[in-house]
Amino acid sequence: MMQTMLYSAETPDLDFYIKGVFSYELFGQTLWITSTHLSMFVVSLVLIILALVVNRRMKRATEVPTGLQNAVEYGIEFLENLIDGNMGKGKGHGYIGFVGTVFLFVLFSNLSGLFGLRAPTADFGVTFAIGITTFLVIQSTGIRAHKLGHFKALFEPLPFLFPINLIGEIAVPVSLSMRLFANILGGTIIVALWYGLLPVFFNIGLPSFLHAYLDMFSGCIQTYVLCMLATIYIGDKM
Amino acid sequence: MTNITDQGLVHACSAIAAAVVMLGSGLGPALGQGYAAGKGAEAVGRNPGARSEIMTTMLLGQAVAETTGLYGLVVALILMFVKPFG
Repeated sequence: MMQTMLYSAETPDLDFYIKGVFSYELFGQTLWITSTHLSMFVVSLVLIILALVVNRRMKRATEVPTGLQNAVEYGIEFLENLIDGNMGKGKGHGYIGFVGTVFLFVLFSNLSGLFGLRAPTADFGVTFAIGITTFLVIQSTGIRAHKLGHFKALFEPLPFLFPINLIGEIAVPVSLSMRLFANILGGTIIVALWYGLLPVFFNIGLPSFLHAYLDMFSGCIQTYVLCMLATIYIGDKM
Repeated sequence: MTNITDQGLVHACSAIAAAVVMLGSGLGPALGQGYAAGKGAEAVGRNPGARSEIMTTMLLGQAVAETTGLYGLVVALILMFVKPFG
């Protein structure tokens, strides 16, 4: 239902809908390549190029960091602090890959609204995929750490609380993905309303404040909140 | 007033419901965020050295408190654009 929500463009001067770019047939079904796919492609391309550049640069890393190495080391340290703070010192080292990937992807997706793209995270399909992945990581961490005790914990402290515990587990991916989706979608809609419904005079310079708050500030905060909550949930199961 | 179709009535009611949803879900997080900001200002007044720490904690708490408001926003958007009742 959420997927079909924003597809049809009934009011052409409002530009916050997911647009289909071209359709193709697969197993008798019509599928669409949408603007979400395109901006996700751009974001992925930027991240891949960044990874290659950083990889090449870090091969000749120096003792005293300069330039790009400085920024990369700051980012890694930031992630390590986040994981160490929420999972316990040194315990969550294997998770830096997962959390780092989600962090970079979501951050670049949120910031892509600045470059005229429709942010991929304003599509529930993308954020729900992130939420499901986080859910699987949380559950597999719990199973690896406690074996069957992980499922026994659902019946604690009292057996008849099982439904409530189950809902509590399932609510995690839904709330994680919903928070990110609604935040970015809200920003997208407000910016689109500003551009679409006000006279041209208001579109010179003034929207930069909106972009600064909705895309940059809100996007960065939501990225941090998502990764922090993911690490907290994972650390809870360890 | 006799030429209102059933569908039009349902859409009008959906729009009113969306407005009511936004009223409630805008009010709650606003109060919560304001309270958090007030407490943050108090904490900075008591201990100005920990300003950045308090700032981060406050912003995080506010971002999480905002969640209910965003759920309301999603419900309002569904009412407005999906039109689940007709």
